[in-house]
Amino acid sequence: MRRIIIRRLVQIIPLIFAVIVMNFVLIHLAPGSLFDVMTSEQQITDPAMLDQLRHTYGVDQPVTVQLAKYIWSVMRLDLGYSYRQNAPVFDVIMQQLPATLILMLAAIGIALLVGVTAGVMASIKVNTIWDNLISLGAVFFFAAPSFWLGIMMTVMFAVKLGWFPVGGMRTIGVDESAIGAVLDVMHHLVLPATALGLFYAATFARVMRASMLEVARLDFVRTARAKGLSGGRVVLAHVMRNAMLPIVTLLGLQLGTMLGGSVVIEAVFSWPGIGSLLFDSVMSRNFPMVLGVLILGSLLVAVCNATVDLLYLRLDPRIKAR
Amino acid sequence: MIMGSTAGPTPILSIENLQVSLFTRRGVLPAVDGLSLTVSAGETLAIVGESGCGKSLTALAIMRLLPNPPAKIVGGAVRFMGRDLAALSEREMQRVRGKDISMIFQDPMTSLNPVVAVGDQLIEAIRRHNEVSRHEARDRAVELLRRVRIPDAERRLNDYPHQMSGGMSQRVMIAMAIACGPKLLIADEPTTALDVTIQAQIIELMKELQSSSDMGLIIITHDLGVVAEVADRVAVMYAGRKVEEAPVEALFERPLHRYTRGLLGATPSAQRRRGSRLVEITGNVPALSDLPQGCAFQNRCPDVFDRCRAERPQLASLLPHRSAACFAAEKELSRDAAAIGA
Ligand SMILES: Nc1ncnc2c1ncn2[C@@H]1O[C@H](COP(=O)(O)OP(=O)(O)OP(=O)(O)O)[C@@H](O)[C@H]1O
Ligand SMILES: [Mg+2]
Repeated sequence: MRRIIIRRLVQIIPLIFAVIVMNFVLIHLAPGSLFDVMTSEQQITDPAMLDQLRHTYGVDQPVTVQLAKYIWSVMRLDLGYSYRQNAPVFDVIMQQLPATLILMLAAIGIALLVGVTAGVMASIKVNTIWDNLISLGAVFFFAAPSFWLGIMMTVMFAVKLGWFPVGGMRTIGVDESAIGAVLDVMHHLVLPATALGLFYAATFARVMRASMLEVARLDFVRTARAKGLSGGRVVLAHVMRNAMLPIVTLLGLQLGTMLGGSVVIEAVFSWPGIGSLLFDSVMSRNFPMVLGVLILGSLLVAVCNATVDLLYLRLDPRIKAR
Repeated sequence: MIMGSTAGPTPILSIENLQVSLFTRRGVLPAVDGLSLTVSAGETLAIVGESGCGKSLTALAIMRLLPNPPAKIVGGAVRFMGRDLAALSEREMQRVRGKDISMIFQDPMTSLNPVVAVGDQLIEAIRRHNEVSRHEARDRAVELLRRVRIPDAERRLNDYPHQMSGGMSQRVMIAMAIACGPKLLIADEPTTALDVTIQAQIIELMKELQSSSDMGLIIITHDLGVVAEVADRVAVMYAGRKVEEAPVEALFERPLHRYTRGLLGATPSAQRRRGSRLVEITGNVPALSDLPQGCAFQNRCPDVFDRCRAERPQLASLLPHRSAACFAAEKELSRDAAAIGA
């Protein structure tokens, strides 16, 4: 087991390397640079001054040298300095990362809970009105863009009904106890996590339904019933246990797109995570920050993927631990 | 001692006029039609017949595990120790399954849950019908694995099905089936998927377990060697109906129904060994949706005559302890009787 974990972690290194190179190149291909934004905002026009600044920021060097320098500093966990926040990129990201993690975990939780429940329900009541209603809901939430869903939910539950806050992560200016703070964050979390999670819930519901129906036909389910187990026990202990396996695979595959989805949702709900950080940074051409977010984001996704793979190994004994 | 009017012990299972229909797009098909069977304690009944004649559906109907849709019991009674199983609620039936009646299946490799350790599957069966602690159930599980001759039982408990051979898996299935001391065990082609040497061991094991517990056994098989070895009585099915029933020696000695004759072929009973399969009969089994008027076997029967095409033969007890639904056999027997009388 330990060997698998180590091997999985080692595999991440070339991946991160590729992410750095690709994004570095992409950013340099894009028009406009941080340097342009910075100098125009400060209204610096003196050519001598510009040249000197170019030298200070290293942008007068060839791109390959810049890349090599960047990689070298990343290896020392130095992602550069953000001129906008006036702080090291790494520190800024670390400050924003927990919010994104909370949002993603909550969204995954909602997606799994809603998706799996709906899928199991649909499979038990297959070809009834319930099955059709669930399928209809799944198609809707699959097709609806999550930003639109987020806006609609804000209008409905925050503006009209006033049940939830419109955005943000905490109520400003309220000094609370630890428990109060947690409840406050959870209160803010409901709408963005639901908006992000329902899309994945829709996918999970469809996959789970198909998977349940598939497994229910297998021989060992008949064996379980022949033992005299109740219908509920057969579904929970035997059918679901096997039907969950594709869901775990799917979850691993979707973690990456989920991080992407959270960029949009964070922007809609002004959730202070790395998604909105990325959004702002792209807008302001704050490329060290953009690169930093992309690198740490891919690292996060890669680690999550490895975790899911290990989880799968635990769930399915047939996959040999090689 | 008071003797009843009928000979023999009272049956633990008696199926009366069982009707199982398949509700398909092509209509309602009579997959099991008017079947009656009995099994007594300690007795072994073999059910034989070509593929698709309704053997498995009969077994599943007894367990009330028919694939629904399309199959459903539409008539008849399944009396087990005085209760009609066909009339029990699903909840009541759950207390019968695995406790009073157990079943094992054809393919042991797919009959166990691949992601649950075999020990846990065994313990689950034990705890379903017995109020015992997990620890106690575990001890019993080890004991059961020893009884079905699985070496190194304690360690095997933690194995997953894919780590076991077919023979081992079938032993686990048998251990699971006898976990709660059932009065009746139904084995649907328990050895078909196994190697020949393993088949012998599994049959041996089942015989042994039966003799030590006095449970009734229904064994569905294509293997005449198995029939000869374990069965007390044999029921022959054709196109959803029982066409002949007889004690095993009598059946091998003198099959009455022309279909049974076809199945047994020319092999003399003394030479019948394990692995000798039912003989292929030329012609096709008529589709359930397209059963002819008269005898269902008429298109393949060597001795068919007018009456077979006009009228469906009913089961009649043509000789002591045995019955057949065949006009040719009736004719032959009455000719014999006339010859003896003359
Ligand atoms: N789930 C099902 N759906 C549709 N038809 C079925 C189903 N199960 C069985 N049948 C049909 O019912 C008839 C009897 O099937 P059954 O499985 O009882 O045959 P069998 O005697 O056990 O054959 P085998 O020796 O191949 O196991 C067959 O014609 C079969 O095609
Ligand atoms: Mg069968």
